[in-house]
Amino acid sequence: MSAALILDACLVLLVLAVAVWTIAARETFPAIAGFVSYGLLLAIVWVRLSSVDVALTEAAIGGGATGVLLLGAAARLTDRAGRRPAGIGLRIMAGALCLAITAALAFVILTLPDPAPTLAPQAVAGLPATGVGNPITAVLVAYRGIDTLLEKIVLLLAVIGVWCLTPDDSWGALPAPWGTARQDDAIVLLARLLAPVGVVVGVYIVWVGADDPGGAFQGGTILAAMWLLVMMAGLIAPLPATSRRLRRVLVAGPALFLAVAFAGFAMSGDFLSYPPAYAKWLIKLIEAALTLSIAAMVGVLVIGPAVRKR
Amino acid sequence: MLQAGGSLLVLALMLPVIGILLIMSLDARHTGKIALALMPAGLAVALAIAARVWTTQAGLEYFIGGWAPPLGVALRADGISAVMLVTTSVVIGAAGLFARAEFRQPDNQPEARAPLMFWLLLLGIWAGLNAVFLGGDLFNLYVALEMLTFAAVPLVCLSGKAETLAAALRYLLFALLGSALYLLGAVLLFGAYGTLDIALLAARIAAQANMASPVWPLALWVALALMTVGLLAKTALFPLHLWLPPAHSGAPAAASAVLSALVVKASFFLIVRLWFGMLPGLTPWLGAQLLAALGAAAILFGSVLALRQARLKLLVAYSTVAQIGYLFFVFPLAANPAASTASAALAWTGGWMQLVSHALAKAAMFMAAGLIAETLGHDRIAGLGGVARVVPITVIAFALAGASLMGLPPSGGFVAKLLLLSAAVSQGLWFWAVVMLLGGLLAGGYLFRVLSPALGPLPAGWTPAARIPRDRQAVALVLALGAVLLGFAPLKSYDLLQFGRPAIAGAVTR
Amino acid sequence: MTAEQLYGLCGAGLVGLGLFGLITAELPLRRIVAFNLLGGGAFVVFGVIARRGAAAGLGGDPVPQALIITGVVVGFAATALAVTLVRRLHEETGTTKFDQDELPPETVKLSDATLSGGNP
Repeated sequence: MSAALILDACLVLLVLAVAVWTIAARETFPAIAGFVSYGLLLAIVWVRLSSVDVALTEAAIGGGATGVLLLGAAARLTDRAGRRPAGIGLRIMAGALCLAITAALAFVILTLPDPAPTLAPQAVAGLPATGVGNPITAVLVAYRGIDTLLEKIVLLLAVIGVWCLTPDDSWGALPAPWGTARQDDAIVLLARLLAPVGVVVGVYIVWVGADDPGGAFQGGTILAAMWLLVMMAGLIAPLPATSRRLRRVLVAGPALFLAVAFAGFAMSGDFLSYPPAYAKWLIKLIEAALTLSIAAMVGVLVIGPAVRKR
Repeated sequence: MLQAGGSLLVLALMLPVIGILLIMSLDARHTGKIALALMPAGLAVALAIAARVWTTQAGLEYFIGGWAPPLGVALRADGISAVMLVTTSVVIGAAGLFARAEFRQPDNQPEARAPLMFWLLLLGIWAGLNAVFLGGDLFNLYVALEMLTFAAVPLVCLSGKAETLAAALRYLLFALLGSALYLLGAVLLFGAYGTLDIALLAARIAAQANMASPVWPLALWVALALMTVGLLAKTALFPLHLWLPPAHSGAPAAASAVLSALVVKASFFLIVRLWFGMLPGLTPWLGAQLLAALGAAAILFGSVLALRQARLKLLVAYSTVAQIGYLFFVFPLAANPAASTASAALAWTGGWMQLVSHALAKAAMFMAAGLIAETLGHDRIAGLGGVARVVPITVIAFALAGASLMGLPPSGGFVAKLLLLSAAVSQGLWFWAVVMLLGGLLAGGYLFRVLSPALGPLPAGWTPAARIPRDRQAVALVLALGAVLLGFAPLKSYDLLQFGRPAIAGAVTR
Repeated sequence: MTAEQLYGLCGAGLVGLGLFGLITAELPLRRIVAFNLLGGGAFVVFGVIARRGAAAGLGGDPVPQALIITGVVVGFAATALAVTLVRRLHEETGTTKFDQDELPPETVKLSDATLSGGNP
């Protein structure tokens, strides 16, 4: 057993232990703290699985944005689990079912075909037609661009769904905790110092994403974090769901993507195809617009809707 | 290279998306108008696709961006996709007309929440449905399923009442569990076969089965089981139906109509895609019988609970739990290795007829139930006395839709159940036939519970809680008439359901 | 055992744990956390499949890697919607527990329901 494998085994055990804690912890808050570390550990797993792009996404979303959402909710909900946990019969049955599924999955994973089927050679072979150097970006924006386009609609629907949960009398009001800016010096300083740096980093990650790990989603999430930070510091006001400006930023990316996709019919014969001469620039343009929209979407999803005035 | 007919498939998928983007970026005054304007366009595209499938007698296929699978994503439309696309645009269009007055932005006032959200979410559901019916790639279909979930769940709690919030949360948790299991199955299939394209998967699975020792690899079994269970949770097949009645009865009537008529059918459609499209001629017989057994349990259980409901909308929702059950008879009856090709084709047609006639009838019924509740100010069945005298058109629509659900001749529901029944009898699977007959009787019972007081005398001194405009009642009536008239469709037109259908008789028994 | 197999087993374990939490947790927020564990497990399995497909000078098959990114994003959106729903429910009712009763209230006895038309 090599040293690397021992390291991997330790990482796997740690991930599983944190997962068990997350499920078993009695109180919600420590369970969610466990989940945040789970997200960060998974990011390391992704690096070990040679997926730096996924690691960046996992750290930004899995540990970051999702963690903020869950922690924010846990802090506000006063619910406690009852004295009596779920019936022991249910737990045994669920445990047996889950064990069976894990065992079946484990068996399937250990007996996957060798050599493994792969699309890597085809993905690399298609790169010249797209003009980008990062095959993952090529998959996301060219080969399977339709997934990315529909995923943006999924995000947009999630934003609509979150807004839909605004009480009728608060439609147009500012989202709750951000409406009252706390003038905490430390956070204002942090926002003033970090936000410009963060924006540069976010833009950089998108810019290099065409050829190196990174891309619209990772960059957009960082921009969203900076937006949240300056709002938290009270430096700018949050935007209500009725803000036309906010809505246009939300749809800008998907709309441009869709327009270029339809233009593909005229330019190169197919929906969502790019003429090779302009492919790289069109893709960069789409990524830039998507980044802006993603930042707005993630921001809105984390902030949540306006809540009822008390 | 313009792939023939491909632009139609792209257009069907993207029209509702364009609507969402337009509504989000324009003034709220235009919301309803944009959505309603897109509906005839969507119907025209769906009809054009159906016409193309009909004339070419084969499926349409489009590789997005010109990238062929396995690297790229294919859209495909066969006979059943075409029928589903048309049904969807009819029901969505009807829901739009029905909701037009209810979800109008108030003039000269600030934008209101509910109308804006209703139209956006309705278009979201439409986009998700079309993506499911056209999707040829398992991961793309996962995204499509999520579109559907994210649009359907907020519609359930559009009113913001506490009980609808709880219903929506329960629905969301079931749906998320379903998507996670579905995704896991798709992941395993990619690991085993190196593609997510259903047609390529079918070819690779068949090639493996034709080898000297046809073994069913465990990966395929596990993946199929995970995906099927996940999709059953979204279809609300017994015993995974718990979320459906509160969710479908709590939504606004127009939304309930769409949820019950179409949304639960989308995941059923995908199960059929997997069991028949991905495994042509290999459908596992035991599994098919198990699905039918769950369907039978759903019919009996759902019908008995419908009989016991005190509220009209819940009765209609439990009737959906029961009617979904009939769909699952397709699995054993159309994949029976011992059945003749003709008998299997009969069952196949019967299953899709059941789906379409239930879609029209149930949409009509939810609309009618909504209108009755508006007139009376409540939907307690005990207080329905004489409502037929107040909103006669609505009660006629309810009765006609009910006739189709019961399977009374000459309705579409009658033809559907007759086809399934005769397939069951001719294949010697008479116990499924008995359940179908029992289900029809029980449906008669719960519909009688509604119609008997509704046709009775009005209580003295009764005043309506709201006046119901004729055009809204007419929408429900037209849908119900559609469900009935489906029974008169010429036999030749059923052929559409068979185009592009994989050979299904001769399943492997294991 | 290879590192891929090790991580594959890790993914399988996470799926089982997440599923267990999703079925048995009492509080919706905990179910949402469990759903994220389950999703994480599914993505790790996918990541292992991607890693096994390393070829053409790449550390893994870029197609599943890209799909994982899309999947993580969709999972985040689902979490956001679910959390917002839980918070609103809490705001309206003061609790988030919602499925204590398996049957909706107000059902009538079968014997009363059948042919009497439900009329009093």
